[in-house]
Amino acid sequence: MMQLQCPWCGDRPQREFDCGGTTGIARPPLDCDDETWSRYLFIRDNPKGPHAERWRHTFGCGQWFNVQRDTVTHRVTAVFGITERAPEPAPGPTADPATKGEPS
Amino acid sequence: MTARTHYSARNLLASARSGHADWAPAWTDAEPKARYDAVIVGGGGHGLATAYYLAKNHGVANIAVLEAGWIGGGNTGRNTTIVRSNYLYPESARLYEHSLRLYEGLSKELNFNIMLSQRGVLTLAHSRHDMDAQSRWANAMRCNGIDAELLDARQVRELEPRLNFGGPTQPARYPILGGFIQRRGGSARHDAVAWGYARAASALGVDIVQNCEVTGFTTSQGRVTGVDVRHQGRVGHIQADKVALAVAGHSSVLAAKAGLSLPVTSYALQAMVTEPVKPVLNTVTMSPALGAYWSQSDKGEVVIGGALDHFPSYAQRGNFDVMQQVVAATCEMLPSLGRLRLLRQWAGIVDVVHDSSPIIGPTPVPGLYLNCGWGTGGFKAIPVGGWTLAHALATGRAHELAEPFQLERFHTGRLIDEAGAAGIAH
Repeated sequence: MMQLQCPWCGDRPQREFDCGGTTGIARPPLDCDDETWSRYLFIRDNPKGPHAERWRHTFGCGQWFNVQRDTVTHRVTAVFGITERAPEPAPGPTADPATKGEPS
Repeated sequence: MTARTHYSARNLLASARSGHADWAPAWTDAEPKARYDAVIVGGGGHGLATAYYLAKNHGVANIAVLEAGWIGGGNTGRNTTIVRSNYLYPESARLYEHSLRLYEGLSKELNFNIMLSQRGVLTLAHSRHDMDAQSRWANAMRCNGIDAELLDARQVRELEPRLNFGGPTQPARYPILGGFIQRRGGSARHDAVAWGYARAASALGVDIVQNCEVTGFTTSQGRVTGVDVRHQGRVGHIQADKVALAVAGHSSVLAAKAGLSLPVTSYALQAMVTEPVKPVLNTVTMSPALGAYWSQSDKGEVVIGGALDHFPSYAQRGNFDVMQQVVAATCEMLPSLGRLRLLRQWAGIVDVVHDSSPIIGPTPVPGLYLNCGWGTGGFKAIPVGGWTLAHALATGRAHELAEPFQLERFHTGRLIDEAGAAGIAH
């Protein structure tokens, strides 16, 4: 099972957490047009590779925090505060060839 | 001697004389041409069905299906082969019912046995709340003209006696109060659906190109004019008047290459099978409350489907967290299967949208068409996904059945929330 590093509790199994999806999405002004609002609500980059996302240690301390994780290898490359900005993705190949999975 | 192509008892007997050496290959593995009227990206069930109906219903002659791996090797080969049309809202009912009806005639249509087995899809109710919710669900289906029967515990027991109903002294942990069944639901052989459509499409002149990954799109004045490809390791370009994406969990990745963002998130959906045993299950049985469902393949393996890994994933492998929940639910609900060994477990990458309903039709990028968003339930929709996408490709407009399932609904707010009927929690 994937392990995540809670900033308060340390390494814990993924089962203790809930994923809150893509992080750092700013809410547009409430008088914006429908297209902007639907973009905010529904449209996601959904990258194959590094993804900055929110997690909550639901069955632990209950705190929200941010994680930079590769969606293919599940390797976590950064853990940062819920109000902090995502670090720049590390250069180089995003997917580890050894665990890349079958061709799709 | 001409090779035999039509499957029939007569041809089977006649071919026996030559030791069955005179059968033609089922379909042709094509080399890509420089230009096509329509290119369909993705050689799964949806892509192959689209090619078939585009050629058959609309008479388009110059079509290619480009598959990055091998046909049917993605989600078409990874699902649990369930077909049903037990959805809640009229728009979905029309869409999925059309699919089920096409499945009912598909073996004959394609001259290829897809092994459709309408053994019934049984949904279990474990609480009063489940009973109420399922009454609403089954009644909605009947209002939409689709078969559904509410069942009490005794009727469920007659259908599936091996389920855990508890004993006189030991009540079941998850009591079964009843449920409902769609008797026309069941399963079909997933590989046969891909191969059947491939064979029929190939016979109509469709080029099926394997090991051909689409790496980008070329455009002219904003309109898609072709695709960049890597075919068997070689870089190339294929011109196309129209391009359709039928790539499920990779829809966002490919759409992004055309500058299009989608309301899609990709997740891994896991399934597993046990070692084969004599017949033990009669129906497809689902327990939405426990996040697991069971059926038995013709080989005797018990096919078990589970929930999503609830975080975005492109890893085509399952997670032990979900696997453990699914196995625990199986042992609890079907105690007599508790000693079986699991033979295999795997995952497919599914394209989940916020209302658990598909997107089928034109996109804001001229020349680019889309079939995605089936999420955890794409297999049952293969015929209708192909049927409606072919219509969109041929006419430039959404098919009547697919009109409610356009990208605009995320702007207009007219979502069709089928999360409850999707069967798998997400």
